[in-house]
Amino acid sequence: MQWQSTDVEVNRSDGTKNSETFTPAPAKDQFQEELVIRPLHSGDIYASFQFRTLWDTDFLQEGQKKVSHYRLFPKSLGQVLSKFSVQELHISFTQGFWRTMQWGQPFIPSPPGAELWVWFHHTVSDVDGNWKELTNVLSGIFCASLNFIDMTNTVQPSASFKPLGLGNATDHRFLRYATLPREIVCTENLTPWKKLLPCGSKAGLAVLMKSEKLFHSSFHSQAVHIRPICQASFFSKSWELRQTLNVVFDHYTSGQGKKEWSLFKMFSRTLTEACPLASSSKVYVDITDNPEGELFELSPATPLLSQAVVLGDRRTYSVYDLTRAETFGQLRSFNLLLRWKGDSGDMLRPLLHAERYVAGFGLQTGEIHTVIYNNHPYRAFPVLLMDSVPWYLQLYIHTLTVTSKSRDNKPSYIHYQPAKDRHRPHLLEMLIQLPPHSMTEVTVQFERALLKWTEYTPDPNHGFYVGSSVISALVPSMVAMSTNFTQDQPLFSSFVPVKEESSYFVRVYTEPLLVNLPTPDFSMPYNVICLTCTVVAVGYGSFYNLLTRTFQVDEPSPPLAKRLANFIRRIRGVPLLA
Amino acid sequence: MYSLSLHFFYPWIYLKKRIFTFCTIETGQFFSSGHTNNWAVLVCTSRFWFNYRHVANTLSVYRSVKRLGIPDSHIVLMLADDMACNYRNPKPATVFSHKNMELNVYGDDVEVDYRGYEVTVENFLRVLTGRLPPSTPRSKRLLSDDRSNILIYLTGHGGNGFLKFQDSEEISNMELADAFEQMWQKRRYNELLFIIDTCQGASMYERFYSPNLMALASSQVGEDSLSHQPDLAIGVHLMDKYTFYLLEFLEEVHPASQANMNDLFKVCPQSQCVSTPGHRTDLFQRNPGSVLITDFFGSVRKVEITKDTINLTSSVKPPIQSIAEHHVLQFVADVSSQNPKQKDWHPPDGFILGLWTLILLVFFQTYGIKHLKHIF
Repeated sequence: MQWQSTDVEVNRSDGTKNSETFTPAPAKDQFQEELVIRPLHSGDIYASFQFRTLWDTDFLQEGQKKVSHYRLFPKSLGQVLSKFSVQELHISFTQGFWRTMQWGQPFIPSPPGAELWVWFHHTVSDVDGNWKELTNVLSGIFCASLNFIDMTNTVQPSASFKPLGLGNATDHRFLRYATLPREIVCTENLTPWKKLLPCGSKAGLAVLMKSEKLFHSSFHSQAVHIRPICQASFFSKSWELRQTLNVVFDHYTSGQGKKEWSLFKMFSRTLTEACPLASSSKVYVDITDNPEGELFELSPATPLLSQAVVLGDRRTYSVYDLTRAETFGQLRSFNLLLRWKGDSGDMLRPLLHAERYVAGFGLQTGEIHTVIYNNHPYRAFPVLLMDSVPWYLQLYIHTLTVTSKSRDNKPSYIHYQPAKDRHRPHLLEMLIQLPPHSMTEVTVQFERALLKWTEYTPDPNHGFYVGSSVISALVPSMVAMSTNFTQDQPLFSSFVPVKEESSYFVRVYTEPLLVNLPTPDFSMPYNVICLTCTVVAVGYGSFYNLLTRTFQVDEPSPPLAKRLANFIRRIRGVPLLA
Repeated sequence: MYSLSLHFFYPWIYLKKRIFTFCTIETGQFFSSGHTNNWAVLVCTSRFWFNYRHVANTLSVYRSVKRLGIPDSHIVLMLADDMACNYRNPKPATVFSHKNMELNVYGDDVEVDYRGYEVTVENFLRVLTGRLPPSTPRSKRLLSDDRSNILIYLTGHGGNGFLKFQDSEEISNMELADAFEQMWQKRRYNELLFIIDTCQGASMYERFYSPNLMALASSQVGEDSLSHQPDLAIGVHLMDKYTFYLLEFLEEVHPASQANMNDLFKVCPQSQCVSTPGHRTDLFQRNPGSVLITDFFGSVRKVEITKDTINLTSSVKPPIQSIAEHHVLQFVADVSSQNPKQKDWHPPDGFILGLWTLILLVFFQTYGIKHLKHIF
């Protein structure tokens, strides 16, 4: 039997070559991978993987044949996009909390637990039905309990989550946002995530993803972002799938207290080859704080340098190109080594960061405080604060106060949707102007509700989680951001589209809250049944006896021995005993 | 070995009927199991860090089952709590079964289908009976048919006649027996092996009444199943005794092994386990000695090697049915249509007895004991 190749011949050249022809190219896809390593001031090290698949196809075209041939783009996600008419999908799983004050801003922020937000296509008629089915399908793909997302924890933010890709969808009826702060991330979530990559975990940067090292860290976040983008060289829109994995290794637990990091120490693996399906495979190391090499020593040395403006700062990176064989050296293995020589100074304070906590005492009332810090010395800027609180914490919105520098600060835009018991959570969105170099405090009082006894989790004394607040802002940038999008930009700086040069987009997540609700004693039904039955039995029994018991005189029957003797005497015919 | 002998005898079947009887015995043994696919439902029902051993139990059976060939798509793994990435775990992303961290049963390639709060009695029974909401993904469904051999493993805390789920609800042995009967009536299994490792585990299989069920338990009614050994670095007991020795037994099994169920019944005698493991085979059609371990724990396919060319394109003529094939089909038809054995008569239930006692007591209380002699 002759096996014939069924693959369509795909032109594997990169985009720049194709743009010269100006003919509509056949559906082609391209895959890029990169790893950014940023040493942090506290001695920890931050590694950010990004895998991007670009595919020039259209899942949502009506009247056309369904997409059936998948090459680099994973089929499971492609089918999800076309079945549920998804315009944009962002899902993240995070373990740990990002400490902005110690680590700066992450490339791609994410809240603790699981977060899912989706923009549906404007042709969808039943968005809620699609959302429910989508969460179930995703829970099967990622082995997570996303099926717990239902109407009681889904909101429709009106301003906070604008589409990150193409889309003139400003109607927020097609947006759904939900977060599960309790969701645990472990190897069973990483395994299917790795299987979505074209090379799996067998070649390329993904070989570094060993769960025993990745989960023994201060922060671990894996995410999938799908959006349609407009490529400069093509005239049709293409779909971009980005899989990102951010991990921060702790100086003491993973680094054993020594200020020396290497790929082997971080991941217990070294790199041996780039993914053969990748058009570009690079490792970037942030050396901005080390211009002359006085802070740490980087080996193997590389002549390639790259500058990028990311998060409002111009950073310099050493670049290692894994598609070139000389990167791997004689041993055919690439192990990056960073050895510290001196002490690093203090970190620049991040311009925007936030905290949240619950105040009050007892199990009846409480107060949520959200504190937002603007550390810019002279510029004020507005931030959009979004709070989604479950229905069982009943907010008293008339007690909402926003104070900056101990003066009242009235938000210019408020969108509030009150909760409906067991149907809908609270949604509060406010646009607050933060004065320069100040602390703004938002407080609101709440009352705790008593749930029905079947609504409690099996471990109710642990507490109930309230999802993180989201603070989205355009923060003034010290360095001019570049607005033109080119193919050669590294992935970490091209995630968020830049609309203007003087500011950059930042999203800050606060801590989730853990609130104790008044918990009943679950053995009470058993106690009540026992007590009631005893009372009824004793009471009814006595009453029944009083009514029906009669006393009669009764001759006592003779004991057994006498009866037996009488029986024998009767037989013998002898007179009986008394 | 069996397939080779069949191939050898193929041309002889048509020519020499004398070899007929010998051939029938060969095919009878070759197709003795009658299943075409394998499924496994592995459930850990306990929550909280100190129940680490129940998760380790379930994961060791998962590991053996995967090693012997059942793919993730045919395994429904339910873990009620997360031990591997628990904040109390000194070695994250690992679950150990042997002390001194010798064997990590969690591994690098694990897919948990139901986790955390999703492991409830309702979800477990829905998975068994197949009555799940339409939007449930495939990985969470038990898509077995009438030719599937299913392995069901339960572990957790239990008592006489019940198993505790997540410290908040229970499943009784009657519910489990009824679920299996529903599975039988919907022809959702060919044969089912039920293993339970809890205290008083034998009470859970007392009530089964559907055919083709074999059950094993780690302890008899009135006995407790004990845990094996703690690890001082992790701080909890790592495994239960019965599953520990079961894992050691299964590590010796490989896909071509001929170990049968009688060897499985001998796992963990009372000298090792302190409790007495029990088993129940009266509802099972075949002799346990002829049932291979890989019939339930592995996904071993029967392969028939032939050197003849088979024409797949012409569909009009039915293929010539050899006599051996005919007898195989007959045997299979007999097995599947056999009615379940008659239930043994049991004395009436406690409730009926109690009700009659109450009625008689009230009668004689009212009318006096002297009327008793009019009755008797």
